[in-house]
Amino acid sequence: MPTMMEWGLGPAAPAAGGPSLPVTAARWMVLGEWRAHPARLVVGVLAIAVGVALGFAVHLVNRTALASFDRAISSVNGAADLQVHSATPAGFAEALYPRVAGIEGVATASPVVELTATAGPAATPGQGRLTLLGLDILRAATVTPSLVGMAVAGGPGRTFDPDGVFVSRAALQAMARRIGDPVTITAAGRSRSFTIAGVLAGAGDGQALAVIDIADAQWRFGQLGRLQRIDIRLVEGADRAAVMRRLAAILPADAELGSPDSAAQRSDSLSRAYRVNLEMLAMVALLTGGFLVYSAQSLSVARRRPQFALLRVLGLQRRALTQQVVIEGALLGLAGSLLGIALGYGVADLAVSLLGGDLGGGYVRPGIAQLAFDPLAALAFAAIGVAVAVASSLVPALSAAHAQPAVALKTVGDAGDPRRLPLAWPGLVLLGAGGLAALGPPLWGLPLLGYAAMALLLAGGIAVMPRLARVLLAPLQRLALPPALDLAVKRLWGAPGQAAVALCGIVASTSLMVAMAVMVSSFRGSVDAWLVQILPSDIYMHIEGTEAGGLDPVAQARLAGTPGVAIARFVRQVPLRLAVDKPAVILSGQPIDPANPGAYLALIGRTAAIPRGETPVWVSEPMGWIYGLKPGDHMTLPLGGAARQVFVAGIWRDYARQFGAIAMRDSDFARATGDRTMTEAAIDVAPGTDIPATITALRSRLPGGMASQALFGEPRQMRALALSIFDRSFAITYALEAIAIVIGLIGVAATFSAQTLARVREFGMLRHVGVRRRQVMAMLAAEGALLGAVGVVAGLGLGVVMSQVLIHVVNPQSFHWTMDTRLPWGLFAGLAVALVVAAAGTAVLAGRRALSSDAVRAVRDDW
Amino acid sequence: MKWLLALFLLAAAPVDYAVVRPGVPIVFPRDHGAHPDYRTEWWYVTGWLRTADGGQRGFQVTFFRSRPSVNEANPSGFAPRQILFAHAALSDPGLRKLRHDQRIARAGFGLAEANVADTDVHVDDWSMQRGTDGVFRTRVQGDGFALDLALAPTQPPLLQGQAGYSQKGPRPQDASHYYSMPHLKVSGTLTETGMAQPVTGTAWLDREWSSSYLNPRAIGWDWLGLNMDDGGALTLFRVRDAAGAAVWAGGSYRGADGRQVAFAPGDVRFQAGRRWRSPRTGTSYPVAPTVTVMLRGKPRTLTIAPLFDDQELDSRRGGGPVYWEGAVTVPGGRGYLELTGYQAPLKM
Repeated sequence: MPTMMEWGLGPAAPAAGGPSLPVTAARWMVLGEWRAHPARLVVGVLAIAVGVALGFAVHLVNRTALASFDRAISSVNGAADLQVHSATPAGFAEALYPRVAGIEGVATASPVVELTATAGPAATPGQGRLTLLGLDILRAATVTPSLVGMAVAGGPGRTFDPDGVFVSRAALQAMARRIGDPVTITAAGRSRSFTIAGVLAGAGDGQALAVIDIADAQWRFGQLGRLQRIDIRLVEGADRAAVMRRLAAILPADAELGSPDSAAQRSDSLSRAYRVNLEMLAMVALLTGGFLVYSAQSLSVARRRPQFALLRVLGLQRRALTQQVVIEGALLGLAGSLLGIALGYGVADLAVSLLGGDLGGGYVRPGIAQLAFDPLAALAFAAIGVAVAVASSLVPALSAAHAQPAVALKTVGDAGDPRRLPLAWPGLVLLGAGGLAALGPPLWGLPLLGYAAMALLLAGGIAVMPRLARVLLAPLQRLALPPALDLAVKRLWGAPGQAAVALCGIVASTSLMVAMAVMVSSFRGSVDAWLVQILPSDIYMHIEGTEAGGLDPVAQARLAGTPGVAIARFVRQVPLRLAVDKPAVILSGQPIDPANPGAYLALIGRTAAIPRGETPVWVSEPMGWIYGLKPGDHMTLPLGGAARQVFVAGIWRDYARQFGAIAMRDSDFARATGDRTMTEAAIDVAPGTDIPATITALRSRLPGGMASQALFGEPRQMRALALSIFDRSFAITYALEAIAIVIGLIGVAATFSAQTLARVREFGMLRHVGVRRRQVMAMLAAEGALLGAVGVVAGLGLGVVMSQVLIHVVNPQSFHWTMDTRLPWGLFAGLAVALVVAAAGTAVLAGRRALSSDAVRAVRDDW
Repeated sequence: MKWLLALFLLAAAPVDYAVVRPGVPIVFPRDHGAHPDYRTEWWYVTGWLRTADGGQRGFQVTFFRSRPSVNEANPSGFAPRQILFAHAALSDPGLRKLRHDQRIARAGFGLAEANVADTDVHVDDWSMQRGTDGVFRTRVQGDGFALDLALAPTQPPLLQGQAGYSQKGPRPQDASHYYSMPHLKVSGTLTETGMAQPVTGTAWLDREWSSSYLNPRAIGWDWLGLNMDDGGALTLFRVRDAAGAAVWAGGSYRGADGRQVAFAPGDVRFQAGRRWRSPRTGTSYPVAPTVTVMLRGKPRTLTIAPLFDDQELDSRRGGGPVYWEGAVTVPGGRGYLELTGYQAPLKM
């Protein structure tokens, strides 16, 4: 052992070595270990890299998504200091404008007509949709200059050109038109032709905006006397809070006062839960990476136990030994983190360009977001990577330092006594704490305790694994088995520490994956069942861009009279802003029979009897969560310029509108708002009617401007479309799941090959006592399969428990909807087989390498 | 300041504007008020201020009314039937450049209005009214300065051209209704960067309304209004074509004795004299021209000296042109000179 001679210098130096000894030792041992086992090094580094990469990528993508949201909002809002906005698209009376302008501290008030509009015919939902702004450019020039168009030619004289429209670049692209081209814009049920006069150079990327003169917008789109918005520029140095108070005092019930802060908050809450969930998934990946580092380090420490013991005998102190192992972990973590940051940036870039700024969540369109590197976050994620690696090395480091040098010098494997039962209570305590955390309320509107519960359950599950493995193996232990199998069982029984290390990786990745899979399958199943329930009619019609006014009663009657139509139920949908910092909820006026509201609403839970004289509404499940409403409660709705009290009669399930929806009787809606126009219809046809022909007939009976904006659907197509949207929005979840599986399998493979290689002497000994090579292989395969099976059973159990936290805690708290558990048995079976086969396979592969060396030499080396 | 009419005069009008005709009498106080049937109109005050410590300032406050050619059938309260624009500038020889600011709004909602009965016009917090005592009062507060001034007439109104019909080009319809109020006695408060101080001075009010102001050949104009120390008042204007030649010229002189002469185009001559080149826009302006007028058969020559050279206004960011408008003196008098169309032709 020539290398030991170097250490022989140790005793000549002062006892416990000078400061140079641990440093030299560290360098020597780290490099030696890594040179000897580069594969293990690579796996450890990769595990951390993948975790850091995922975390960093998701963070970057989220930041990009948020930035594009903010740009979108401030682009439409034109960066006014304050904004008065109407609660409904019907707007408020324009008399508010001079009153707002006269408030002390208001430098300029810019009145705005804001309508959802479409340019050109709508073939699919959202196509050609744009925000049409009617501006007084003389006011907007000082309040929201980015919204004032610059004519390319013709000079400022075109300012009040009633036929000119200024559009954002995004709208120009979406319409595939050029400056000077004609365009037909439809809003509030009216269509009108314009000439594109110029581009809104200051409008943000990706925002489809069109700006016309406010007087023309009022006249041509039926908004006379109404405004949807007043943008405000404050006097320089004005006390914003005081101005807001003065403004609040004069606002009618159907207007709200917003600031850039509340707009940002509103846009933040749009996607916050979704983003936090993705970040959590990324952290889970990082955590799994941590387990891999842990298992790699544990094995490496276990294998070097005699070397460490020798160092201890030579005078190295425990602390120094711990430091040594931890530094190893830190270096591994650092390498992994650096790789992960680079990888993460690449992944994020790819994801943003392919899936859009929110990874297919449907909040941001693909291709418009610009990814920016975030050095601070890179640093943070690198630090987390290193920290995870260090923490994962700490446990093996301490165990190495605390081993008895005399015993450890001789043995390679577990130094523990096989007769001692592994402790169960730390794991049980963690599991209990997890259970308690799952019962906690949301914090800051996020299911943070739910995530904590998941982490605690995972940690607890892993901590009880050694004990659980024994419990699961106990029956086998007592059976009379063929020698190879018996040896495998005995081995797992006798070295619970090593078995646990391998199990950690399997259980961690399996349980997380199972939890996610159960949640997604439950969600998808519930959505599917709900779609069947809410789509009982034969034909559904939706008219784009009609928030401010839809089909009038005459047009409704014409549609209802279409040949083949048995029943036509019309619905009026209108977005309603109930709180400045929350996204708008959807109010729909529709035919509801108060005696049987469940006929068209997917009611859940109890309903409340409607008191006489009260106006009943039924709120969606998310609405109930977000606004704290229960059946029997009262709430006020800003309708028709007044705050109207309504009675919450029941709660219905809704997966479509995450920010809340309210259903109201159509007659009540018309009475409250004076608005008898309709935006959608559900149509039952007479038996034997040709549905496509009926749709054609219906379209031909629509008023001119709306015929091109109407979208018809049949329940079957609509269900398919909804589920494809669902799958798209969960695409990233599937991807993360796949990555978790791969990490888990890599972990299993790494663990097995390491353990097997460490047992060369054991195999040599077995061969000496007459065990045949084939039998050793069988033993290894059995060991792998057993370990895999134990891991799968534990992982499935833990995963299902964790899925219940996702379904009953995390989802309701983030998205405000519940779902019914559906277990994906097929996936479970496939997973179990894959893991057992992978575990057995890698064990055998590693065994072949270990057995290729000469058995005699292997044993001689040992003694 | 009169460039602003350019903003709204484009395109053939679907609107029937009132036509300027000779022989329409100017009637007060009715004609102090707005004339919304005409395409454009202004209340245009220029003058010199003196501070308590003897400092001098030039100032200009203009309220401008315009009737764009829009579809007047639009019943919307925001229909831009009338646009009101106000502009103010302060020439401070200590600062050696202009402070200026503006307000613009479509008339309506009580936020911007121009009364037809008498001078009473406001755009947001800027205003100009004529009181029952005949004194005009104007208040403006802009970027770094504010003016709160009373302008008391000391002489009767001066009707330009033929009893207020002032021709601006060879065609009879190239004309405006035009009267001036020279020698207004100014008192009030001047605020600069937050410091208020009392001021006195002399000012000139131009009132003009028209529907067809400039000849198509014109690319710009020069205008001069001088309050002579002896109580006389000299008005000169010249409309230039692309070659720099006069398309039309005119003006008037009213002596201290109240006798008034109107100038024919041949009676007025501008000579460029010293030029000043703007370091910002590179435009060269004849800031110290020599003007010659035929007064009662004899040529009279005045050499004009600006209060300081850099009285250029760049209003391109607000959609306007670049022009020079500043306080000037002549031996025995002082007033304002306006030079437009030197940076680029003013399109009409």
